[in-house]
Amino acid sequence: MSLATPIARVRGLGSAKEGVAHFKQVRVTSIASVFLTLWFVWSAVGLSGAGYAGVTAWLGSTLNATLMLLFIGVNFRHAQLGVQTIVEDYVHHKLIKTVSLIALAFVTYGLGAASAIAVLKVALSG
Amino acid sequence: MVQFTLPRHSKIEQGRHHPAPAGAEKTKTFKIYRYDPDTPDNPRIDTYEVDLADCAPMVLDALIKIKDEVDTTLTFRRSCREGICGSCSMNIGGTNTLACTCAIEDVPGDEVAVYPLPHMQVMKDLVVDLTQFWAQYESIQPWLKADSPTPEKEWAQSPAEREELDGLYECILCGCCSAACPSYWWNSDKYLGPAVLLQAYRWIADTRDEYTGERLDELEDPFKLYRCHTIMNCVQVCPKGLNPAKAIAEIKKLMVERTL
Repeated sequence: MSLATPIARVRGLGSAKEGVAHFKQVRVTSIASVFLTLWFVWSAVGLSGAGYAGVTAWLGSTLNATLMLLFIGVNFRHAQLGVQTIVEDYVHHKLIKTVSLIALAFVTYGLGAASAIAVLKVALSG
Repeated sequence: MVQFTLPRHSKIEQGRHHPAPAGAEKTKTFKIYRYDPDTPDNPRIDTYEVDLADCAPMVLDALIKIKDEVDTTLTFRRSCREGICGSCSMNIGGTNTLACTCAIEDVPGDEVAVYPLPHMQVMKDLVVDLTQFWAQYESIQPWLKADSPTPEKEWAQSPAEREELDGLYECILCGCCSAACPSYWWNSDKYLGPAVLLQAYRWIADTRDEYTGERLDELEDPFKLYRCHTIMNCVQVCPKGLNPAKAIAEIKKLMVERTL
């Protein structure tokens, strides 16, 4: 049991002087995601029945490949920021929290990189 | 991890029943949370039948009547009995509010359930430990901070600037909003909560204060400020009709504004 005063406990280690960057990124990625997801759904519907050749040809377009990379980057980053918030909310064990946040970064950046490389492979081989 | 179940000694048991007095004309049942730290007993719910024909209209009136006439051991805070001091904040009919401004007839359901503020350490019956809450309030330095020489008269403020404080200065720090906030439940050790953040914004918005930047610096933290997810329970329960969520949003806007 700590005998620190209540105000000492509340002040703790002081302000981390960060948080606004996370706040802004969540908002900007969500705005971008609205447009990119609408574009992706619209494209996916348009590609139904196009077959493998049709899809690779579509992805060979510079505009489509660029938007696809943005769609992947924006959504994986947004997912990472969102899950980070959930972990910070509910996981209070310091070690588990730290490991969770590192694992989250590995998974989202890893899946994002793998998705981006898949897009680039198709886009550049066409 | 967050604890979702009550510890063994916090599980609530059925308590004593105090029937209405003989000849009662208009009986209302009050189910009140009781806990005595001086006994090894678990918390319990005691039932009190009150004759509303012989009782003033507010929940606080009924609690005082019970304490005076039925059970002197019932413990609760109260002072002004008119919604100014914030002492009698508790959970009534499932909502955090002030017992003194909550009419018995406005409580939904046939019975009036009265519990202490949720997710606070209970000291006895309806009295919770607000030590941390007050320390958090102290931490935002809720007073005018200025380096300029103190004016001979008052610190000047235009009527428009004064209006900026409307909806903020009325907060009585009853704690209803903070105790209703899930983010505060999970992280009250680091998250300041809606009541204290509303008070922080009250001083940020005050044009007489010269420490706006320093105040924002102190709040820029993933936990102190950014645990607020705009759940809005604070707005729903505030017995003074204030909007702590809006005050927090204003702080977040200023945080962004100073980076642009």
